[in-house]
Amino acid sequence: MTPFSYARANNAAEALQLGRGGAANYLGGGTNLVDLMRETIAKPDRLVDVTGLSDAITDTADDGLLIGAAVRNTALAEHPAVRTRYPMLSRAILAGASAQIRNMATVGGNLLQRTRCTYFYDTDGSRCNKRVPGSGCDAVGGFTRIHAVLGASPACVATHPSDMCVALAALDAVVHVEGAGGARTLSFGDLHRLPGDRPELDTVLEVGELITAIELPPLPFAASSTYRKVRDRASYAFALISVAAAIDVVDGEIRDVRLALGGVAHKPWRATTAEALLRGRPATEAAFRDAAIAELADARPLRDNGFKIELAKRTIVAVLGDLSGATA
Amino acid sequence: MSILDTAREAAQGLVQGAMAKLVPLAPDSWIPGGVPDPLIARKHGLIGTSVSRLDGALKVKGAARFAAEFALDDMVYAALAFATIPRGRIATLDVAAAEAASGVVVVMTHRNAPRMKQPAVFGSSPTAAGPADLPIMQDDRIHWNGQPIAVVLAGTQEQADHAVSLIVTTYDVEESVTSFAAAKEKGAAPASFMGQPLLNEIGDADAMLAAAPHKVDQVYRTPRHNHNAIEPHAATIAWVGGDLVVHDASQLVSMEAATIAGVFDLKVEQVRVTSPYVGGGFGGKCLWDHQILGAAAAKLAGRPVRIVLTREGVYRGVGGRTLTEQRVAIGAAAGGHFQALIHAGTTATTPHNNMPEPFILGTRAGYAADSFKLSVDVVRMNMLANTFMRAPGESVGTFALESAIDELAADLGIDPIELRIRNEPEVDPTSGLPFSSRHIVEAWRAGAAKFGWDKRGLPGARREGEWLIGMGCATGTYPYYRMPGAAARITLDRAGTALVEVAAHEMGMGTSTTTTMVAAERLGLPLEAVEVRYGDSIIPGAILAGGSQQTAAIGAAVIAAHNALVAELLKLAGNDSPLAGLSPDEVGSEDGGLAKLDDPARRESYASILHRAQRDHVSVSAEGSPPLELMHWSMHSHSAIFCEARVNAVTREVRVSRFLGSFDCGRILNPKTARSQFRGGMIMGLGLALMEETEFDERNGRIMNPSLAEYHVPVHLDVPEIDVIWTDIADPHTPMGAHGVGEIGITGVAAAVANAVYNATGTRVRDLPITLDKLLV
Amino acid sequence: MPILVNGSAVALPNDPRVSLLDLLREGLHLSGTKKGCNQGACGACTVLVDGERILSCLALAVQYEGRSVTTIEGLSDGDGLHPLQQAFIDHDGFQCGYCTPGQICSAIGMAAEAKRGVPSHVSADLSTDVRLTREELQERMSGNLCRCGAHNGIIDAIRDTVAAELAA
Repeated sequence: MTPFSYARANNAAEALQLGRGGAANYLGGGTNLVDLMRETIAKPDRLVDVTGLSDAITDTADDGLLIGAAVRNTALAEHPAVRTRYPMLSRAILAGASAQIRNMATVGGNLLQRTRCTYFYDTDGSRCNKRVPGSGCDAVGGFTRIHAVLGASPACVATHPSDMCVALAALDAVVHVEGAGGARTLSFGDLHRLPGDRPELDTVLEVGELITAIELPPLPFAASSTYRKVRDRASYAFALISVAAAIDVVDGEIRDVRLALGGVAHKPWRATTAEALLRGRPATEAAFRDAAIAELADARPLRDNGFKIELAKRTIVAVLGDLSGATA
Repeated sequence: MSILDTAREAAQGLVQGAMAKLVPLAPDSWIPGGVPDPLIARKHGLIGTSVSRLDGALKVKGAARFAAEFALDDMVYAALAFATIPRGRIATLDVAAAEAASGVVVVMTHRNAPRMKQPAVFGSSPTAAGPADLPIMQDDRIHWNGQPIAVVLAGTQEQADHAVSLIVTTYDVEESVTSFAAAKEKGAAPASFMGQPLLNEIGDADAMLAAAPHKVDQVYRTPRHNHNAIEPHAATIAWVGGDLVVHDASQLVSMEAATIAGVFDLKVEQVRVTSPYVGGGFGGKCLWDHQILGAAAAKLAGRPVRIVLTREGVYRGVGGRTLTEQRVAIGAAAGGHFQALIHAGTTATTPHNNMPEPFILGTRAGYAADSFKLSVDVVRMNMLANTFMRAPGESVGTFALESAIDELAADLGIDPIELRIRNEPEVDPTSGLPFSSRHIVEAWRAGAAKFGWDKRGLPGARREGEWLIGMGCATGTYPYYRMPGAAARITLDRAGTALVEVAAHEMGMGTSTTTTMVAAERLGLPLEAVEVRYGDSIIPGAILAGGSQQTAAIGAAVIAAHNALVAELLKLAGNDSPLAGLSPDEVGSEDGGLAKLDDPARRESYASILHRAQRDHVSVSAEGSPPLELMHWSMHSHSAIFCEARVNAVTREVRVSRFLGSFDCGRILNPKTARSQFRGGMIMGLGLALMEETEFDERNGRIMNPSLAEYHVPVHLDVPEIDVIWTDIADPHTPMGAHGVGEIGITGVAAAVANAVYNATGTRVRDLPITLDKLLV
Repeated sequence: MPILVNGSAVALPNDPRVSLLDLLREGLHLSGTKKGCNQGACGACTVLVDGERILSCLALAVQYEGRSVTTIEGLSDGDGLHPLQQAFIDHDGFQCGYCTPGQICSAIGMAAEAKRGVPSHVSADLSTDVRLTREELQERMSGNLCRCGAHNGIIDAIRDTVAAELAA
């Protein structure tokens, strides 16, 4: 770990003040950043501890939820409003990491998790455009079991590792941020980037910008939503693929649907193509399969991850089938 | 050369000659174990009772002190830098920034490292423990991607870790072989293991296979694996005067001390290696570069050193199991009788070590067949030296063989257990030796009944909701080993307590507990009156915690020391003792003293003998008998493994829902700890079957998942409740009638899982691990 | 403000790079808390902070100013054993003993979570009270790796003690 100074902020204003200039990083639970620092992938000269920011979960005026950035993952997953109104979010969080890590990790930090690409992590021995812009990508042609099939670029084929973010993408969460230029909100889908030729940038956040809260808009039909994660061991493993879904079926017809995929792209993948195809269609397995095929139509396999395309399709169909009670 | 030396070398496979031919023909009574150990007949003692680990309280309180937990005055912390090319030379190595970093005491590279001899490579002599025949940080040559190239010592671990990240290296890359295919193109050579060729040919197996009415002929592949003990390798090292003390996590303290002494040109007694607790070994906690580098850096700095490998460092610097590619072809008659059994293939090792994964070992004594062709070829790759990992050979060899038998059974329409039993051999089919103890058929019958094997259906027939459910089984096998060189020292005092010292190791197997039980039983003392010390190279003898041989080696050494003790006590007893005039073979130990075997009333307590002799204590050491029994009988443990696997119909995720292991491993000394060993082996087998793989990038020989997050071992939710039963039939030819139980558990498991997955889905996976992608196609 | 470790006040390290784990092991010689991976992948370093289980390897000690840390050494006094420690011995819930302190601390934190009603990945229904079935215990303990394979004994020990108390 490169030497750094440490300061604690009690609120967003203090954090912004402390984080101004130089190579400062905001520190939440540390579950990813401390590891990245130890690997010398992150080398901040200053850490601003933002666990003193709001850890409140409150109802918004329109029956949504406002979640402080310092809320711990466990606290969010166990919150009665989340369990009953947004169960896919509880399930996504509970499917991630381990209980110890969920007890430490903050909501804000979870959004800024970096990829598990093993070439990204191999500081000394592998080239990585995300770690060292312009150096090349050794993942292509190497072990790519956990890599992207959608939205990748020649520069980067990494995936975003968060489970929670897949649910937030499906739920159309709104991200509240503050920076030198003041406060702004981002729709969740706009927060994370596809790699393009700038894979070093995971998100659109400006330097020094701080996530202060996540807002969940009301979504009544999310009360029966779910999250399904497919992985190589039964627990404590990153997703091969995952599906967050909510579906509103009235008289056998799909009135609305939310669908997002994890483990397939550089960002949590909102399945807008599938959603558009499904709205207004009868809730049948055939419809689900058509939508899944359409969503994965542009998928491009690497050496080891071609299975993800079929796996994602099957899982989408099964999850939507379970939620809607549809039969073949 | 004495007959003892000859026997010792013969047992190690160093001499193929007269001994190996004569020993099988000798009368049983000339052979160790020819007369059954009297403890086998003793039915009401400690042996066979469930005793909780004697070191349990220390461990659950976190008070057991592991290698990295010795605090020494003025100690500094080490960090290592590793090479990033597979082969070549260091062109530039800039350590200026590291040397200038805060807290740094010294940066050691090949330029300033003390001059050291190459460690004697394992197998080159009875005490050699070196990982490879390579010099350690003595020149600019790089032999594998991950080789240590610099050691930083600093006042804190944080300072050392930071400084090591400032080292900048460039290389002159040389041609290397890092792909298995390229290595095979360069040519494979016949392999040997422990000095013996890995080759058996009986009859014309190719012709008999061709002529057989039924046959299976398939290729099975297993990847590289790492041990992944949860304790990373660590040592706390100090030079005291000119002598060296290494507090290590080691499976071979005596061999390690001898080898390190050779490296630093010291006398063996100048190096002391302790290893009181080992946080998991599995073959991985032997001598690697880091202990030698730590000692060298301590010498350079003139201060004690703590060296703890990072988890990545464990993968870069400590070898694991290598990959295998195995053809199994079986030709069978309609009734299932094996006419030809071919098990042949290739494994990879390095130009600098000799450890071909000996995957045919279990096949040699597994089944009767009219003809055999068993062989292992080896290719050389530029990579970290591979090494022993739990059941080297059998763990992956049984995957291939026992999968093939399942395939043949399906083809023949014969129940796979029945097919195995029909090919049960009378004597060892390749050596011709009689079996010392073989009760696999009993194990199969008992296991099948308890597991409910009769409920197995046709492939793909059983489904509950989204889950396809199947059953599979396989035979596991592991030899009984006993290596020469073990010794024990027994010190008996006037209070009637005994200290038993053996240069053995406790890595969780329960060795310290079972050794105490056995010694107490042999000495006729209560458990509380016996203390066992181990894990220290200053104790006489050498006992490798490997090959599941520790219990037998200790057992035989304690028998020898006990015999010497009895003789010594009889001398001390003198003419006023009720034992006067008796010879050592007329008396035995019981109830705190010696008694005439056929007239137990004629006895005297240890305390009384020592009191009369005016002695506070008596101490004897003795070496175990040479292990000639291994050349006289075919000695093996066996298991029948049963698995119920569930495969998700949608995602093809595989989960094991039931396991039963039915073991034939001689007499079980401590059911409580033995059960844990069996289960532990089976769980490692579960990992081998479903998830474990060291990702070796064949473009440059770099291990790409050097982390417990990316190398998956089973977690709690992967592990079902595991039922374990055993025959408990004593092997009449081993100490206590026991066999080692550390490695048998992992064998057969991968095949049982693969066979269950086949039964669940109708899909056969011949390439480990069985990940869901292989079932989606 | 100091950190409280097993009830004793401990000064914060001067170097903010020092993890809570290294503060315990190297600074305080409380080596019962184990370092298995130092990257949040094994659970051997699990300690309780204000009763919650966390990974001390990923925790910078400076972040825990004013918090109360309980390690394996703080679970029992002198020669006495916490009931869960005794159950680990009775059920042979360990072999080498290296992951054991982390398993034990984790199980105590786990029981508190379950008591509070925190659901898990395998909870069929998120709205009902927690029932600590074997599967629930296995999922909740999956953040603690064991390579010796003592999983059955560990779960049995937890079932007999801290999980049983919850059911009562």
